[in-house]
Amino acid sequence: MITPLSWLKEYVDIDVTPQELQDKLFSCGFEVEELYEVGKDISKVVVGHVLTCEAIPDTHLHVCQVDCGEHGTFQICCGADNVVAGGKFPVALVGATVYATAKDHKTVEGVMTIGKGKLRGYESHGMLCSGVELGVSENMYPGAGYNGLLVLPEDAEIGADVKPILGLDDWIFDIAITANRPDCQSILGIAREVAAVLEKELKMPDLSYTETDATLEGFTVTVDCPDLCPRYSAHYVTDVRIGESPLWMKRRLALVGIDAISNVVDITNYILKELGQPMHAFDLATLEGNAINVRRAKDNELITTLDGQELTLTNANMVICDGVKPVALAGVMGGLNSEIRDTTSSVLFESAKFARDNIRRTSRALGKRSDSSARYEKGVDEYATVMAMKRALHLIEELDCGKVSRMHVDVNTGNSVEPRELKVSIEKVNNCLGIVVPNEEILKIMKNLAFEPQIEGDSLILQVPAFREDVETYQDIAEEVIRMYGYEHVIPAFMPSAQVTIGGQNLVQKSELKLKKALCSVGAYECIHYSFFSPTDLDLLRMPEDAVERKAIRIMNPISEELSLMRTTLAASMINAVVRNQKKGNLEGRLFEIGNVFMPYELPLTQYPDEKARLCVGIFGEKESFYTMKGIAEKIADCLHLKFTYENSSKTFLHPYQTARILCEGIEIGYFGKLAYDIADDQDLRTQTFILEMDLKVVSQWYGKKPVFTPLPKFPEEERDLALVVSKEITCGEIENVMLEACKYITNITLFDIYEGEQIAADKKSMAFSVVFTPKDEAFGADSVDGFVKKILKQLNKAYGVELRS
Amino acid sequence: MNANLELIKQEIIAGAEELNSSKEVYEFKKKFLDGKTGKIGLLMREMKNIPPEQRADYGKGVNELKEWALDFLGELDAKMKEKELQARYESEKLDISLPAVELEEGNLHPITLVRNQLIDIFSGMGFEIFEGTEIETDYYNFTALNTPQDHPARDMQDTFYLSPEFLLRTQTSAGQIHVMEKQKPPIKILSPGKVFRSDDDATHSPMFTQMEGLVVDKGITLCDLQGMLDVFVQKIYGEGTKTRLRPSYFPFTEPSVEVDCSCFECGGTGCKLCKGTGWIEILGAGIVNNKVLENCGIDSNEYSGLAFGIGIERTAMLKYGINNIKLLFESDLRVLKQLND
Repeated sequence: MITPLSWLKEYVDIDVTPQELQDKLFSCGFEVEELYEVGKDISKVVVGHVLTCEAIPDTHLHVCQVDCGEHGTFQICCGADNVVAGGKFPVALVGATVYATAKDHKTVEGVMTIGKGKLRGYESHGMLCSGVELGVSENMYPGAGYNGLLVLPEDAEIGADVKPILGLDDWIFDIAITANRPDCQSILGIAREVAAVLEKELKMPDLSYTETDATLEGFTVTVDCPDLCPRYSAHYVTDVRIGESPLWMKRRLALVGIDAISNVVDITNYILKELGQPMHAFDLATLEGNAINVRRAKDNELITTLDGQELTLTNANMVICDGVKPVALAGVMGGLNSEIRDTTSSVLFESAKFARDNIRRTSRALGKRSDSSARYEKGVDEYATVMAMKRALHLIEELDCGKVSRMHVDVNTGNSVEPRELKVSIEKVNNCLGIVVPNEEILKIMKNLAFEPQIEGDSLILQVPAFREDVETYQDIAEEVIRMYGYEHVIPAFMPSAQVTIGGQNLVQKSELKLKKALCSVGAYECIHYSFFSPTDLDLLRMPEDAVERKAIRIMNPISEELSLMRTTLAASMINAVVRNQKKGNLEGRLFEIGNVFMPYELPLTQYPDEKARLCVGIFGEKESFYTMKGIAEKIADCLHLKFTYENSSKTFLHPYQTARILCEGIEIGYFGKLAYDIADDQDLRTQTFILEMDLKVVSQWYGKKPVFTPLPKFPEEERDLALVVSKEITCGEIENVMLEACKYITNITLFDIYEGEQIAADKKSMAFSVVFTPKDEAFGADSVDGFVKKILKQLNKAYGVELRS
Repeated sequence: MNANLELIKQEIIAGAEELNSSKEVYEFKKKFLDGKTGKIGLLMREMKNIPPEQRADYGKGVNELKEWALDFLGELDAKMKEKELQARYESEKLDISLPAVELEEGNLHPITLVRNQLIDIFSGMGFEIFEGTEIETDYYNFTALNTPQDHPARDMQDTFYLSPEFLLRTQTSAGQIHVMEKQKPPIKILSPGKVFRSDDDATHSPMFTQMEGLVVDKGITLCDLQGMLDVFVQKIYGEGTKTRLRPSYFPFTEPSVEVDCSCFECGGTGCKLCKGTGWIEILGAGIVNNKVLENCGIDSNEYSGLAFGIGIERTAMLKYGINNIKLLFESDLRVLKQLND
């Protein structure tokens, strides 16, 4: 909310500095996001009196001697056509700051500092300024719009700062208004708070006017959609003379960023800012049928708004019609057909309350925003509706641009908000705050806020103003009291009456953290990626059409197509992270993420989807291998005290022969493997990448497993090395399984060498295992381990034709 | 006879001059002192050829020679070894300024680090950790939190909808309602989690992390909120950090406050971080709106509550001096590697 200090002063006597006011507003809930002087970029510009002014031959320039009073008399060169001896103009002294303009002398291109110059051989000590160079428009100071020097009044004191003369010493407060205080979306609303916080009287704007006998016989206002329009009032103004608004009004509008158009239109804009009530003015001559009708638009109904755009409406929109046709898109913009023109001679003012939600949806659906729609979206109160009409009629008289008729129609559809009485317990208010605010303080605060308080015993009886629709309960009163009394009165305590709770993390949270730490210990860095991804990510993974991952939940209003689906796998985000890293020159690394995937039971959603945690690990670089990733899987198993097994598997996006399914107690929990070469090529990956993904919801059933202590063996273990000759296609796992089957005393098998080459047959490989035998109830006899080995070899031979290497 | 012993002694002294390493000393020593083949050893075997009356003198002489040789060569050996050790050390002289061998350990994401820190602080105050779901219904995210369909507060955040009923939660407060529906006071929960809003620029990410705290019990007041937050800021930003409450607005709390803490960079005197104000905005909080308690079937005449919500990214960015929120979600190892806390 842009609020000029000079405008605020119209309603409150402000006797503190702008900075002090900023602090006061801040402490009572109105954060001033920006506070600046209107002429913040202008400095060292003073009133100069041109003593002499001589043309420089063959140029448009003049060389002047300019008296700047206490600052001295300077020679200044000037190119403006209205420079004249005897005139008074703004002089930017050497070292002054003013706006720099483009060659057109109109477009501002930043701020410049004035230095000594030389033009055509003439020294120039300063600059005579135009309005644009000082940031002053025609609406802020008459004559400032001229493309030449800004002419100062004859009585301006020579050498004085020009800022007060041009109104550049005014201050602008840009105030953040919370959503519960739509009543403060106006200068008067802010003034009301300022008055309360400074304990000053609020001076209300003049609402008086005199009606003539003129009227419009038989004119009717009907509202067909009371749910969307709880209040609609109209007033007829005759003898309208369209013209310019007075300077004070144009200046105020300019300060809040609104261009003056014409007196009648300016009045509606002025009231929007002053009282926060959007108003509209129709040229009565264009209205047909002697009527106003407020209704929902028909589907495909057309309207051309006053910016010349034709819009196609639906039943969700609301229109204001005359007896025949739509003349305005309610709350958003007037129609071109009923616009105020220079020739307008009679006007119908509208002041209405429209449902905020309807205006918001219409504005968004049609992509049409205006100051009016922005204001309606925040919610207006009916109190302002009535007041605004009176104020508009007063201004018509004050500006002497029309006569107020007696034709006033006010349609109140029944659910109007009136001032109401609220009775709250003072004890409850104090209990909410945790301190006791003295009764006299409560009375003073509520009085300053216009609640007309009375105290009867423990009861605080309040008259809630109509514009304070947000105040309903003792909690709301507690907030009003403390924000004015001051939060510094709150005394820190630590729940003296609360019961003891134990608190802490649950097993899933603790286990996931443990898992993360285990992954960090193998050199992996944790990542967090968005919960949504792109349909193209599923294509990247070569997901078939019927893959479960394709049944992703779609966001109805995504930021972009890339962020439009809820993730069904973490692999795509991980691959993208690897790609991004490689593009930035990180050619090796280890990353992991724990995040949710979202598996719907049906689409569109009618129940909560299965939202479950997954782990994804991505490792890349020339040093990495399939077995490194397998080692990471084993690390995960170890940290959770689990045992994983692995089977050959396949995934559309992984290497067909380097992909494993991970199982725990026979249940599939995930996969890992090498990223397929075609995908790596498509993504310009320079080094190999391996991906692991694990379903933590499934794994969570084993969380909390404790390591089981096995007593150390009472009898000595024995170890044997076995070098075996095996057919190439037989896997290490198959050999190990046969060994374990063959002998129950085996407690560890480690493969320590694989050899293929000249010394053995071409279709064979040599595998060297170290096998540990652990005795159970008694020590091994002299030859027992030899016996076990014999049995193992026999079984291996039987199963896979394995021979001992000679 | 003694002349013979003297000869051996001279031979050892002369021979020792030629020795250059401990290995040579060892070989040389063996030549004289080996029990079976050494020259001194052999002298003992001569005993049987010595006349009996001379045997005592002879034996004594040989033993003395043996003792002397052991001492003499032992000393020489020690000298050699010392020299050799020095030479070995010198040969292994290093350039200690060469780069270190990298022992890589990864680290937790800054969001996880901050999250863990907050969990530790509030667990100690008796808060239980509750994680809700990222996909929520309109009811739990808005309506039950006193934000009905037409409420102005719905404009404050742009919501991603998945269907007319389901959405991506815009605030972790959504989880509060689930807890209060199932559990009766005393309630002390902390809900960390991802939340989503349709914002995308240098300071906004469409996904970010919040941590919501909720206490419902008898006699909870604004003073308790201030007391608890005072403890919190001192634990996270250091002793002596102060808090300041100022009025704000959230539909689910009344009164609502923004909480600032004294700037931990300058201590409150004003700097670039706090934009010269001496204060840094850290969280939003308030007394739970009775309507929210009643929506969950909790009697607001008997119980009251406080709630607060902290933005984790903001806390992490302040703590580590990260300038762009996007860096947190891009997984650039050059960024992640710097943030090992």
